[in-house]
Amino acid sequence: MELLALDIGWGTTLAIKTIVVLIIIPTGALILGYVFLLKMMSHMQSRLGPMDPGGFHGWYQLVGDGLKFIQKEDVMPAQADRRVFAMAPAVVVLSTFLIFAVIPMGPDLVVKDLDVGVFYALAVSSLSVIGVLMAGWASANKFALLGALRAAAQLIAYELPLLLAVVGVVVQAGTLNLQGIVTAQQDGSIFGFSGLGEPFILTQFIGFALFLVAAQAELTQTPFDMPVAESELVSGFMVEYTGFRFLFFFIGEFGTAFAFAALAATLFLGGWAIPGVEGDWANILGPFVLFAKLMAVAFLMFWVRFTYPRLREDQLQSLAWKVLIPLGLLNLVLTGVFKVAF
Amino acid sequence: MPKLPGLIGGLGVTLKTMLRPAVTVQYPHEKEDPAPRARGVIALKEENCTVCMLCARQCPDWCIYIEGHKEQRPPRREGGRPRSVSVLDRFDIDYALCMYCGICVEVCPFDALFWSPDYEYSESRISDLLHDKQRLGEWMATVPEPEPLEAGAESKGKK
Amino acid sequence: MSTERMVATDQLAPEALHHLADAQINVELDTGDMILNLGPQHPATHGTLRLVVRLDGERVVSADPVIGYMHRGYEKLTEFRTYPQVTTLINRIDWLSSFANEVPFMDAAEKLMDIEAPPRAKYIRTILTELSRIATFLLFLGEMGLQVGALTPAFYGFRDREHVLNLIEAVTGGRFHPNFNRIGGLKDDLPWGWVAECRSVMDIVFEACDTFEKLVAGNEIFEARTRGIGIIPADVGSSYGMSGANLRASGVDWDLRRDGPPYLVYPELDFEVHTHPDADSFARYIVRLEETRESARMVLQCLDALPSGPVMAKVPRIIKVPEGEVWVETENPLGQMGYYVISKGATGPFRVKIRSASFSNVSILPWLLRGVFVPDVITILGSLYFILGDIDR
Repeated sequence: MELLALDIGWGTTLAIKTIVVLIIIPTGALILGYVFLLKMMSHMQSRLGPMDPGGFHGWYQLVGDGLKFIQKEDVMPAQADRRVFAMAPAVVVLSTFLIFAVIPMGPDLVVKDLDVGVFYALAVSSLSVIGVLMAGWASANKFALLGALRAAAQLIAYELPLLLAVVGVVVQAGTLNLQGIVTAQQDGSIFGFSGLGEPFILTQFIGFALFLVAAQAELTQTPFDMPVAESELVSGFMVEYTGFRFLFFFIGEFGTAFAFAALAATLFLGGWAIPGVEGDWANILGPFVLFAKLMAVAFLMFWVRFTYPRLREDQLQSLAWKVLIPLGLLNLVLTGVFKVAF
Repeated sequence: MPKLPGLIGGLGVTLKTMLRPAVTVQYPHEKEDPAPRARGVIALKEENCTVCMLCARQCPDWCIYIEGHKEQRPPRREGGRPRSVSVLDRFDIDYALCMYCGICVEVCPFDALFWSPDYEYSESRISDLLHDKQRLGEWMATVPEPEPLEAGAESKGKK
Repeated sequence: MSTERMVATDQLAPEALHHLADAQINVELDTGDMILNLGPQHPATHGTLRLVVRLDGERVVSADPVIGYMHRGYEKLTEFRTYPQVTTLINRIDWLSSFANEVPFMDAAEKLMDIEAPPRAKYIRTILTELSRIATFLLFLGEMGLQVGALTPAFYGFRDREHVLNLIEAVTGGRFHPNFNRIGGLKDDLPWGWVAECRSVMDIVFEACDTFEKLVAGNEIFEARTRGIGIIPADVGSSYGMSGANLRASGVDWDLRRDGPPYLVYPELDFEVHTHPDADSFARYIVRLEETRESARMVLQCLDALPSGPVMAKVPRIIKVPEGEVWVETENPLGQMGYYVISKGATGPFRVKIRSASFSNVSILPWLLRGVFVPDVITILGSLYFILGDIDR
């Protein structure tokens, strides 16, 4: 690591990176949950949200919730499959942590700069489907089963639009490496003007829209939250989970939102890059810039979540297969044509 | 492909609401004032009560418990008969049963019962919701003045 | 896919054995019917309605509503209560629009006593009835969004309803249970400044309706979830005894305020009755949205035409209603509500039969829910808009 010109061995570096990832995800989930779920949703609904915990606008609410969940009794349905029931939340959260291994927060701040970064990120994010299915099946509950089956169908269907959106970016950047994509945006130019770099959102706006829609579906958020339809199935596949295990699902949900927002910010908005900042300053400011950009993307995702009703399962599927995938293919064709032509 | 304007319009509504102040009244730090006629609690003016038992009889829930006895009082003038006066021993309203309908307040012929908009008297034990004569008398301090009526009304403001 | 004919294997020809093997595999893979209990404790049903549905995958094969979890024995209770006491009870039948429940009962008692309420009382009764209609429909417009998954409109519904409830509280003293009607008129007159406040609240109501139109009715996802769902043809609806906005959404132009025997001041008001040709859930939403606007216009008309005078006719101190029987039906927010009152000359009724709208509205559920998806069951339940207190009494 040239950042501090220190000579740290690979073991210590690995330990630092692991600790950073382990801390970032729950903290990110907490911040996103508080700002968007508790405060933004409340203000959109003309109310205040938590105000008392912690004194200042209830910032302590989620921390208190977390502590409350940890001290709860571990209840498992009598007919549940014990081991699968216990492992399901872990599988869901695992995929979230793994995504963060490739997201760059600065020119040198990345856990592992894989050359197949994008491919790895998308592959690992689809591991959560297994966790959902495990949860639904092991709960020995009809509602949970219904929810899990809906979730599996939905998550698999929306992998493709997600992929197609990202492939457009990859074609334009010319590399699967996430650092390379950020550098391509930083060094690019808009019609010859290179002051602002070239965030891919300008050329890949179809891809950006597709990515947001597909990410919304991957996170099972309204308008795609049939699996956890609150007013029908009461939490769907999570219904039998209480206490610590439910906390895992909660962290998984918001942590994945955090991760997807970070991915979108990296792929379309330029990640940690700001025009004009290079080298060591980029390493210091990078994480904050990335954070600001991902909050903007998360704002869009949660804004849509709190405004729209949910689509029915078959409407959801027909949207994915009949509308989004053709759009994605169109985007890919256009990108390819423009890439070769210019 | 669905047409977009409807979806965008919906987003505009939530954004506008988010930017406006919230309507929450943060009880118990801030409190709203209920209307003067709000049916919060019933107050008893003991000197007007003649133990006629009309309120206890008309209550749909039978939540008013009245006990009284007759006493002899000296005559007003010399040479008259001693008057017998009803004295109120016990007047309890059980607010655990009361449905706040107001029939007792209305049927009282002697104006001994009044409505008050005060509502903060919750207790931790149900038996504490039985307000006795003395407590009902204390509520009289919170009874508002009869308010003026809208233009075109004929009768004066009742209780 | 069923194992209808159980034939012994040795009686089959060799070719048939192949088919039997196939059939056995089909039977093993066959998903049996699943029985799902929606309720009585469920966030989707409005209260304690239990719906036993048989599901085949995600489609409903049959649905059985089980009611009675909230039966409070109203008709028996009224046998032992005086008229003012009965008024307090019947407030609680349809608790979201409680003033509207008192009106037909008071009408019945006044018909038996041959007393007419003074004009000012009638106007104020009309205003309060339409205010309760607005209150309950604002809630519907919000919670219908909740049934299809949008969390936000429900809060707007409650927020805008607060203004109407505050108005009702300023007059009657109670937000939900006004208990304001008396035989011969009203308990009290309007407080000072109420008319001006009512006008400003009507502005809020119009604004709320526009918000709902933009946020919910104009939303393409909402339309995709509600168009074509739960179609009730007009003749089927009428044969099941449906009434109110549910029937008007099937295109039936029937409103007791205009077409029934005249009550309150509706003959003097100028209002439109809204119908919709499609008979689906979307139509029911739109009809109620338009009816809310219409109610607000009616309130403004009544405020403009409010006469001065007493609010109570001359009635004896102890009210004894003469012998007789009468049936009065009115257009309540949920539908047609009626009371059949039998009096034997006492201070209380001898027998009161309550015809509640939601009871008939819910009776169509077994017919309506065959073959729909589970999410659509929730949408349909939301769009029919019944109140459990109204069903079970």
